[in-house]
Order: sequence, then C-alpha cells, then structure tokens
Amino acid sequence: MNLISKMIIPLFVLFVVFYGYKKKIMIYDTFLEGAKEGLITVFHIFPAILAMVFAINIFLNSHILEILFSTFTPFFEKINLPIQILPMAFVRPISGTASLAIMNDIFANFGPDSFVGRLASTLQGCTDTTIYVLALYFGSIKINKTRYALSTGLFADLIGIIASFIIVHLIF
Amino acid sequence: MINKLWGFFIIVGILFTLFMGNIESLNDTILTSATNGVEMVLDLLPIIVLWSGIMKIAEKSGLLYKVGNLVKPLLHKLFPSLKKDSKALGYITSNIVANAMGLGSAATPFGLKAMEEMQKENEKKEEASDAMITFLVLNTSGVTIVPTTVIALRMMYHSANPEEIIITAILATICSSIAGLTLDYFRRRKNR
Repeated sequence: MNLISKMIIPLFVLFVVFYGYKKKIMIYDTFLEGAKEGLITVFHIFPAILAMVFAINIFLNSHILEILFSTFTPFFEKINLPIQILPMAFVRPISGTASLAIMNDIFANFGPDSFVGRLASTLQGCTDTTIYVLALYFGSIKINKTRYALSTGLFADLIGIIASFIIVHLIF
Repeated sequence: MINKLWGFFIIVGILFTLFMGNIESLNDTILTSATNGVEMVLDLLPIIVLWSGIMKIAEKSGLLYKVGNLVKPLLHKLFPSLKKDSKALGYITSNIVANAMGLGSAATPFGLKAMEEMQKENEKKEEASDAMITFLVLNTSGVTIVPTTVIALRMMYHSANPEEIIITAILATICSSIAGLTLDYFRRRKNR
C-alpha cells in the first residue's frame, strides 16, 4: 500500500510529460505558462490563508475548548465515549495540524491500537479541514456568498464522526 | 457564513483569553499568526506552481479532457449544472483521485483549478454555484482511501497493524460523503 502511494506521483508526472511529448505540444513552454498561473493562484489565496490562520490560532490558543469539554467529562464517561476524542472531533474541520497534534497526544497516552487511538485514526482519515478548505477555495475565486456550503460540509463531518464511532466499535 | 465564523473565532478567542488573564500569550498569538500564515503559503507555493505547470501539459495535450470523459457519466449525475465538455470535470476527477490516495497537498492545485473553471461557468460571480458546493462537500467529506499521514504516525507509535484503520476510514468516509451529497441534493432542489 505504501509503495503504491509512493509510486503514484512519479508515474503520474512521467505519464503526463510523455503524453504531452507524444502529442507534440510545446511541453516546456506549456509548463511555464501553467506555473505562472499557479503563481497567480497563490497570490490570490494568500490573504484567505493568512486570515484563517490568524482567527483559528487566536481561538485555539485561548484554550476555550479544553475548558468547555472538561465540564462534560462525567457525562461522556457514562455513555462510554472517551473524552479525549472530543476536542479532536471539534478541531478537525478547522485545522489539520491541530487535530494531528491531538491525535499524536492520544497515541502517546493511549497507544495507536487502543479504542480511542483507532477512533482518532479513523476520524483523521475520514474527514477534512472543511472550514479551512472552504475559506481557501472560495477565497481563491473571490466568492463571498457561500450559500449552504459550510453547513452541508459540517453536517457531513458530523455524520463522519458518528459513523467512525459506530464502525470502530463494530469492527474491532 | 465564513464572515460570521471568522468574527466568532476572533471575538470569542480574544475575550476568553482576556477573561483567563493570558494577555501575554494573546500578544504572542497575534504576532506569530501572520508568520504562521506565511509559512503555510510558502509550503504550498512550490507545490501549487509545480503542479499547475504539469497540469497545464495535461490540459493542452487533451489528457485532462480524456480523464474527465472516463468518469463523465458519474460526474454528470453529481454535477448536472456543469457544461458537458467542461474542463472543470477533469480537474475535479484529478482532485478526488489525489485526495483519495492521501496526497492532500498535490490535490489542492487541482481543486483550485476546478474552482476557477467552475467560476467561468458561474452566472453570479459573487455567489457560490451549485456545482462548487457539491464539489466542496465531496472534497471535504474526504474521500481518502490511503490516509498516509495517519498510517505514518501509527507506525511511529509502534502500532501492531498500522494499516488496519484504512477499512474503518473508508467506511466512515462513505457514510459522510453519502450524507453530505444527499443533503446537498435536497438543498439544491429546494433553492430552485
């Protein structure tokens, strides 16, 4: 599995370049043209990334989540849900690095093969940083009316979290 | 919605930090956030520039169009509002495939290109189109088949079977994707 995912990028590049070569297009000039467009894209998404990192950092570093969730501990123990997973589930749509850091903590404290370790792995694998992605993608084409995109994305995340919990329970 | 959320993060974050009396750390956070943002962009910059170049070759040679054609019947059902020969279809496919293989950073340039192409077909340039929302729901519910980072981290902590979570992640992804697409479908219809 690992070897396959390591081979994908080199093979992909090889295939694309070879295909362009065979179709007799100016591959080098075309590459430069695309790279220039890429540079413009980065230029456009830079403010959106900066704005989101700024807001998310302030929010996460206030430690409001840890304090909020610690009050729920007794309740979650009663329904047999490990409390450590909560901040991770909440942070997952906001920041990939932050949720990865929490998962790292969970692995260090409980081990990757514990119930909460497996649940954290599944969570990290099955959803994405919805809020960050929306800010980035819509920001790149200057769209500010996002309609029902965010709530639908977060709904899917919520279902993913619930499904992870049930599936990990059933399979292991 | 993003406007409100952005304000919420900043206002709640600052007020709560002040309430807890961590003025010192608040200053740090505000000042270092800009640097973090720049670092993030610098991480993305070479990847996006490089892949935009490679993908331009795929586009000009007609490869992208061919790949888009391959999955067209399925994509047309998901994105009925896009034109039949839309370039966006090829980029959407590339983005989903790269994401599925756990190559998140390689997927981003494809996704951005897909948005750009969809924006060309968008009638209200300020507003998200139906196709964009469907794409983002599909993208963020994460069709990950090989979560590479997670597996690497599990190996680091000596998991007995680091890959065992692939199957649970796929099953959970299927659930969240179906839930997201279903909700998207009904809201799209309600909006007409």
